[in-house]
Amino acid sequence: MTLPDIEQTCTELTQQLIELIEREGLENPLLVGIRTGGVWVAERLNAALPGNDDVATLDISFYRDDFTRHGLHPKVQGSELPDSIEDRPVILIDDVIMSGRTIRAAMNELFDYGRPASIHLVCLLDIGRRELPIQPDLCGAKLTLNDGQLVKLTGPTPLELTLA
Amino acid sequence: MTYDPAKVQLTDDGRLKHFLTTEGLSRELLTEILDTADSFISTQERAVKTVPLLRGKTVVNLFFENSTRTRSTFELAAKRLSADILNLDIARSATSKGETLMDTLWNLEAMYSDMFVVRHADSGAAHFIAEHVTPNVAIINAGDGRHAHPTQAMLDMLTIRRHKGSIEGKIVAIVGDILHSRVARSQIHALRTLGAAEVRVIGPGTLLPRDIESMGAVPHYDMKQGLADCDVVIMLRLQKERMQNALLPSEGEFFKLYGLTEEKLAYAKPDAIVMHPGPINRGVEIESAVADGPHSVILNQVSYGIAVRMAVMAMAMSGQQTPTEEPA
Repeated sequence: MTLPDIEQTCTELTQQLIELIEREGLENPLLVGIRTGGVWVAERLNAALPGNDDVATLDISFYRDDFTRHGLHPKVQGSELPDSIEDRPVILIDDVIMSGRTIRAAMNELFDYGRPASIHLVCLLDIGRRELPIQPDLCGAKLTLNDGQLVKLTGPTPLELTLA
Repeated sequence: MTYDPAKVQLTDDGRLKHFLTTEGLSRELLTEILDTADSFISTQERAVKTVPLLRGKTVVNLFFENSTRTRSTFELAAKRLSADILNLDIARSATSKGETLMDTLWNLEAMYSDMFVVRHADSGAAHFIAEHVTPNVAIINAGDGRHAHPTQAMLDMLTIRRHKGSIEGKIVAIVGDILHSRVARSQIHALRTLGAAEVRVIGPGTLLPRDIESMGAVPHYDMKQGLADCDVVIMLRLQKERMQNALLPSEGEFFKLYGLTEEKLAYAKPDAIVMHPGPINRGVEIESAVADGPHSVILNQVSYGIAVRMAVMAMAMSGQQTPTEEPA
């Protein structure tokens, strides 16, 4: 299994994001990265959007639906969002999408901060195995992994993909 | 077999499953509680203050002894974690009709409760309950006799950390009735574990426990000496019923010697913070000018109390579950 080149994937994803913002007419979009990998990807994408606000971060530890099975993550870092996301277009960014449960939790948390105008989902990698009806609007690359195999992003500099 | 206070509180892999005392818990675990509480402070600054962590769980506030602040902050903490909470005023209910403690507990367990927050006048009550409840029910000690009040101690640690940067290297004085204080005991254990440079206790000889030095605290009988160079001054409430036992001459006398005034506070460091677990007796252990003054962080303690209780409840609840492999 060869992993996609991360530099190239990021560059292409940035281009797609710029097109998406233009096509959908998203004004002053707020990029929200999901901790930890999603934040790195969001920072990377945001660098290509000059004048855009800082990346907001979401720590979904308190919103996971598997809390009772997996417990709290020992280092919950907390979310950092602007005072209001009311009526703002949000671009939610994660490194890897699998079951879709992280995204569900992230959307639940976002709504506790306000009512965004819209949410678009951008993921660096899609490895399938979806358990919820949630699909990214943009995705850098699709991977088909063997059973039990997972992919992990390390970073922030350099961003690297490894199979686990 | 020797008594190990930490053992009953922890899972085999060292996670918190009950929270009964700060004694014997590792620095890592106490720090984890503070870190988690820090995250909960940020969720409480939002428009929507609740998080869904304990949705569907039932928490029972089991108070065999009166309390307003502790009970209501536990109630708010549970609600902000989306748990359902039942407040039982045991002093006025079944126990007064002759029901035993274990019968009360079995009845509550039969209602599928997931967590008991216990306050009891007897030292060791929470520990006893933790040893006898069915598996998967978490016990949080909200104060047992003279023994421990661990969530109060941890909210005090969080207050020090947030206002002084860290606990490590700080000189902390605890003033007043140490002898009867479960708060002081829990504070001393937590302060020692978290690396305070020096823990002092200040009060009249009749109100300082004789074994205080073996707990790692230095006794002082004079405020000038005791407060010198302190970073943190923690005042304890003087329980008025102590006067009746001839442990103290009078409130006026106590205030004169140990009451915190601006004049006495000047012995401490210029940037010292003043704390108090509440409720305060103005003019008995602290004067209003200090309680409401720039050094006072007494009301911040109340806010942090909710975050610390949320942290401990979430951690203990998660410790009652068997962990499985972490997913991607």
